[in-house]
Amino acid sequence: MRITCPHCGSRGLAEFTQQGDASPLRPDDDAGEAAWVDFVHFRDNPRGEHRELWQHVLGCRAWLVVTRDTASHAILRVEAAADVRGRPRGWT
Amino acid sequence: MDVSPDAYRLKSGGRIDRTSRLAFTFDGRRYKGLVGDTLASALLANGVRLVGRSFKYHRRRGILGFGVEEPNALLTIGRGARAEPNTRATMVELTEGLEATSQNRWPTLSLDLQAVNGLAGRFLGAGFYYKTFKWPPAAWTGLYEKVIRRAAGLGRASHAADPDRYDKSFAFCDVLVVGGGPAGLMAALVAGRAGARVILANEMPALGGRLRYEDRRIDGRGAALWLGEIERELAALANVTLLRRTTVFGAYDHGTFGAVQQLAGTDERLPRQRFWQISAGAAVLATGAIERSIAFAGNDLPGVMLASAAQGYLFEHAVVAGWRPVVFTTNSSGYAAALDLVRAGIAVQAVIDNGPVVDSATARALHEAGVPLFRHAVVERVLGGRAVGGVVMRDELGGRRELECDQLLVSGGWNPTLHLAAHRGGRPRWDDQLATFLPPPADGDLMPVGAAAGRFALEDCLADGAMAAVDLCRRLGHAARTPTLPQTDEAEAYRITPLFAVEGAGAKAFVDLQNDVTVADLRQAAAEGYRSIEHAKRYTTLGMATDQGKTANVTGLAILAEALARPVAEVGTTGFRPPYTPVPIGALAHHHRGPHFAPVRRTPLHAAQAARGAVFFETGLWLRARYVPRRGEDMAAAARREVQGVRAGVGVVDVSPLGKIELGGADARGFLERLYCNGMATLRPGRARYGLMLREDGMVLDDGTVWCFGEGHFMVTTTTANAAAVLSHMELYHQHFWPELDVQFASVSEQWAGLAVAGPQSRAVLQRVVDEPALDDAAFPFMAVAEGRIGNVTCRIARISFSGERAFEVYVPAGHAEALLDCLLEAGAVDGITLYGLEAMGTMRIEKGHVAGAELDGRTTPRDLGLGRMQSRKKPHVGSALRDRPGLTDPARPVLVGLVSVDPGERLRAGALLVPEGAEAVQANDQGRVTSIASSPGIGQQIALGFLAHGRERVGQRVDAVFPLYRERVTVEVRQPCFMDPDGERLRG
Amino acid sequence: MRYSVWSLIRQGLAGNRGWPEAWRDAAPKEHYDVVVVGGGGHGLATAYYLAALHGVTKVAVLEKGWIGGGNTGRNTTIVRSNYLLPGNEPFYEHSLKLWEGLSAELDFNVMFSQRGVLNLCHSDAQRDVFARRGNAMLMMGADAELLDREAVRAMVPGLDFTSARFPITGGLLQRRAGTARHDAVAWGYARAASALGVDIIQNCEVTGMVREGDRISAVETTRGTIRADKVGLAVAGNSSRLAAMAGLRLPIESHVLQAFVSEGLKPWLDTVVTFGAGHFYVSQSDKGGLVFGGDIDGYNSYAQRGNLPMVEHVAAGAVALFPALGRVRLLRSWGGLVDMTMDGSPIIDRLPLANLYLNGGWCYGGFKATPASGWCFAYTLARDEPHELNAAYRLDRFASGHLIDERGAGPQPSWH
Repeated sequence: MRITCPHCGSRGLAEFTQQGDASPLRPDDDAGEAAWVDFVHFRDNPRGEHRELWQHVLGCRAWLVVTRDTASHAILRVEAAADVRGRPRGWT
Repeated sequence: MDVSPDAYRLKSGGRIDRTSRLAFTFDGRRYKGLVGDTLASALLANGVRLVGRSFKYHRRRGILGFGVEEPNALLTIGRGARAEPNTRATMVELTEGLEATSQNRWPTLSLDLQAVNGLAGRFLGAGFYYKTFKWPPAAWTGLYEKVIRRAAGLGRASHAADPDRYDKSFAFCDVLVVGGGPAGLMAALVAGRAGARVILANEMPALGGRLRYEDRRIDGRGAALWLGEIERELAALANVTLLRRTTVFGAYDHGTFGAVQQLAGTDERLPRQRFWQISAGAAVLATGAIERSIAFAGNDLPGVMLASAAQGYLFEHAVVAGWRPVVFTTNSSGYAAALDLVRAGIAVQAVIDNGPVVDSATARALHEAGVPLFRHAVVERVLGGRAVGGVVMRDELGGRRELECDQLLVSGGWNPTLHLAAHRGGRPRWDDQLATFLPPPADGDLMPVGAAAGRFALEDCLADGAMAAVDLCRRLGHAARTPTLPQTDEAEAYRITPLFAVEGAGAKAFVDLQNDVTVADLRQAAAEGYRSIEHAKRYTTLGMATDQGKTANVTGLAILAEALARPVAEVGTTGFRPPYTPVPIGALAHHHRGPHFAPVRRTPLHAAQAARGAVFFETGLWLRARYVPRRGEDMAAAARREVQGVRAGVGVVDVSPLGKIELGGADARGFLERLYCNGMATLRPGRARYGLMLREDGMVLDDGTVWCFGEGHFMVTTTTANAAAVLSHMELYHQHFWPELDVQFASVSEQWAGLAVAGPQSRAVLQRVVDEPALDDAAFPFMAVAEGRIGNVTCRIARISFSGERAFEVYVPAGHAEALLDCLLEAGAVDGITLYGLEAMGTMRIEKGHVAGAELDGRTTPRDLGLGRMQSRKKPHVGSALRDRPGLTDPARPVLVGLVSVDPGERLRAGALLVPEGAEAVQANDQGRVTSIASSPGIGQQIALGFLAHGRERVGQRVDAVFPLYRERVTVEVRQPCFMDPDGERLRG
Repeated sequence: MRYSVWSLIRQGLAGNRGWPEAWRDAAPKEHYDVVVVGGGGHGLATAYYLAALHGVTKVAVLEKGWIGGGNTGRNTTIVRSNYLLPGNEPFYEHSLKLWEGLSAELDFNVMFSQRGVLNLCHSDAQRDVFARRGNAMLMMGADAELLDREAVRAMVPGLDFTSARFPITGGLLQRRAGTARHDAVAWGYARAASALGVDIIQNCEVTGMVREGDRISAVETTRGTIRADKVGLAVAGNSSRLAAMAGLRLPIESHVLQAFVSEGLKPWLDTVVTFGAGHFYVSQSDKGGLVFGGDIDGYNSYAQRGNLPMVEHVAAGAVALFPALGRVRLLRSWGGLVDMTMDGSPIIDRLPLANLYLNGGWCYGGFKATPASGWCFAYTLARDEPHELNAAYRLDRFASGHLIDERGAGPQPSWH
């Protein structure tokens, strides 16, 4: 598998780690336990298109949101996680 | 009777060097071959016909094939630690002194007593072992399995370490061409001329593929001349890399391929093989096709050979394994093979074709040469006990006739080598015309061409290769020109009258020669309900041997389809998975072996501590000083002295591996406030604070310290074990969840080397070394931090303590670490400063009740650790939302306690479990566990930390620490976790 | 027909033409008391125990392909009960006891070989962790032995005791553990269940669920709609997809776990060995191949195939542990889809609907669990309450925080 890191270009799978579904965002602190249980423990886990978090851990260390087909492994889109919701302040 | 080394070799022809003889042995007997031989061709040239015994019935087997498909000639090459079992003789280039040994026979190859299995064969049909050996239950492991295991298996592997080395290379290209036959060569040439980066991987040493093994003409000349020209042009193209002896064994995601290259040469100091990880924009799969056999009685006798293999041995090695062969074919290629043999002067006795009369040039030529042709006829049975002596032919009316011969050449048709095209999950398609499976349709970057796509004609191979390259190059942005295609001689178009098994023979007709799977086995599987091809395969073991069914699978599933009365297309094929051919595990591991399995991490103070006699041990990837013994001391004595040295005076220990992360930015404090469960809002510049990080599920992730140098400038330390995980965790929260925060951070773990200076004299000793800051208690109290100076070197100092003594952590740039240690040891010499290791550090932390890895096992909450009150209720933090769930706040959860044995002479062990005093060691009584133990010089006996249900209320009570593994039970008294100086006077005072 | 030496002889003399079908290839009926979705070992075992122990025989097992074609046929065949936590160990020990009698019970040799499972340790800290586990196993009625370095050396030839990056210091041995023939488990349960009247329906993929209120009244399949009083899911790898058909989400991600087998060798390794420092485990099959594996690839996948980094990592683990394996060849690799839960432990429970039940989330551990999994799932389906052995495998533990986290890795499947 190869992932095109927005900063580093096309790199091999061995440089990356994956950490599951990128879509759920942290609930508000007062969202209640049920919302938090859902966020921490439950997943859609689709067969097909999946937005997921990867880190270019042996590269630029950017967290990426990779849209990938879990059936074919085809990668449809790669974005820096920081760009998805607005680049962090002070982050270049 | 000695056979001449050239008894079965023609006087001319072949691509061997007749002047260079190579000596080799087979089963201890000496033979001679020639440079250019494979082990298989050399054995055949020497008249060796029996080369192995089959897996189940131990039947006599000879060489069937010429290449990777060989199911029978599996030999052990070399001896001792270099012995390589199950090696296909067809794929071994002959070298001087090569030792080959046959397998799976006892006592000898020609007299194998286990051949008795053959007599009982009718009772050992498909899956017989599922139906018996069930009683008594223990007898399976104790008896039956032992017998079966000894009988099964093939070669014998050594237990001695493989002495050879393996390499790994990464390669990148636009076009990977797999296979250097006509299709692959054209593809490489066209892509190479277009300027694309090309890698051409060829399994064999020489290019040409089957073009080498047939008598063909290209552009009016012998094919060899054309091959030579192409090879020279490819060699001249700088953008084309030719990898010989290289098998691409797997196609993985996104254009990644794995390949293994045999490195030629006999120098044992050089790597034996190289693993290539190839990233390709696209791949042309010019992998050719493999001929299949036909199932009939006795089709496994030595002397039965694939027709294409006979051509191979003839053209490549001038070896003729039979002077009077009969050819049995279902298709046109058998005629071509027969004709090639006739032209070489071999007395082909007959060509037997199950198909109808077809008027073709080959047939006419054979007829003219006086070779009898029998149409609508089959070989029903092979005659001969030890090797082929003749065949029984049956015609369409059922008439039988015996033909004498010394070899039977079989062509059951051709199966495209489509493995790579199917590795990524594509399903092969059945083609009725060709009676075989074709690769799944090209899926963009995987393009099967030529014979691999079922286009067997030479002109189609050349055209396919060229067109595929043009297409791929254009897609990749290279201007490729369609070349003028070479002109080939006339050849008969491929036609086949499908036949997989000949009906009506009593004896065994083999489908999978290596695993001894017969036609009857497959029919039995179908009758018993194992109707899916996957069930039939698993039940009969069809295609599961080391040849992976290269000559067996298609035949087998066609026979199964017939038994089920269903079309083959509907039955389908089993999946194709890497590797295409077996790959040495050593090549896949390459340099990651022995001490290089994982990197070794050493601290900047490693050498300095080693020079002072430190004994190191593994903690994760790190090598760390465990203790620093004086002459005659063992670990216990050294650690005791080191602890006493610290507690009575001063000691210094290397803490460099702690994770260190430096943070800046206006929101740095806010970021830390959210990450740690305890408050960081009130942490003032110049102060440090212990910090506890939770996971979102409320369990402890890590602990460490937070140092505040100024508003918006922090450094945090993590445990050594979690340094990488905590950094990734922080990066995730910063980049993904809280991008709005103005914070920047970086790991500085490698930049700063650290020493902890601990003990009553630590301040005095450290101050002698440190120019700034002043370290007196008023200016630099407990939990103070500062950036300071040692000479002209910047340092960072915190007054924090793991040992419970007055102590400091001092960090300097890693390059100055040794100098700092030297200075401290010199400055502390008058105070008898002790260099100590992790054993003493661990003892002191247990005496203080500090938790470490054994307690922070990912299943403990702050409350379990006695740190419940640290969790801030005033702020949200990672883990705050779920930390109060019932499972985490259950008052029965074991909590951290101290433990000492009631009888100080009794030994405690970590890993012991806690039960009520005197209670039986059963789960119902399980109330906790012992996690860490130490021999405490201060307490004067062993002490322990552990977790005990309701432990805080049970201080002063007794429980039993049981260790059923050793049948031990020690009564212990429950204590507070902190055994020493609970009020912290020593560390503050 | 009872399988025995005599049946082999009788049939052999008759040319092996008289063998009956091992199981009936059933066509779907309109209605069943229980429909078990998934014809792997777990689903088939569930059906068998429903019929054999609970008298529920109007049962169908629906398999989208061929029985045993999922993880049952794609694992490294290790059977053990060396678990630490009280939620797990009694369950797996029950499973081990069922394994011990399984060939006789099913009249099908599943080749359960009690050759021992040896977990190697490489440091004092790891030994302490193993000691805790071994002690817990003994207290829960299983067997365990702590071996020192010399005992390990004597037991397993070929281990690296000279140049290992992580020196072997000892190991935890469970002698009653071992391996079994994976396909035989599916076939044996299928045959036994079929004999008790269970319908085993292959090539029957569930494509939807008909929900009426809080009930699933029927499943829609590629072979028509089938009504059911109760529906049990045993579809590891695809649990989330099936649950989604009922409108539910699960604490599960699907991942790919690769496994490997070498060329056949004469007896070379007589026990199962796991490498404490390298995520590697290996045994030798009765046919002679070394069967080995490592970690999941580490990304969500439904593709049943992995990638090279894990292949290399596992190979490195093999050679690090047994330096002789450098010369042994890898013959085949394959990938299984595993249900990775958020705490690394399975779920056997009723889902938040009146009659839909889940048996899933087996992570790496499904094969060894097969008998107890079917046994407990059958109990839960028949009685609508968990047996005490699967009481901890509730779905609501993720809400309540009563997690069963053997690795202490937290809610991150790729770390379990």
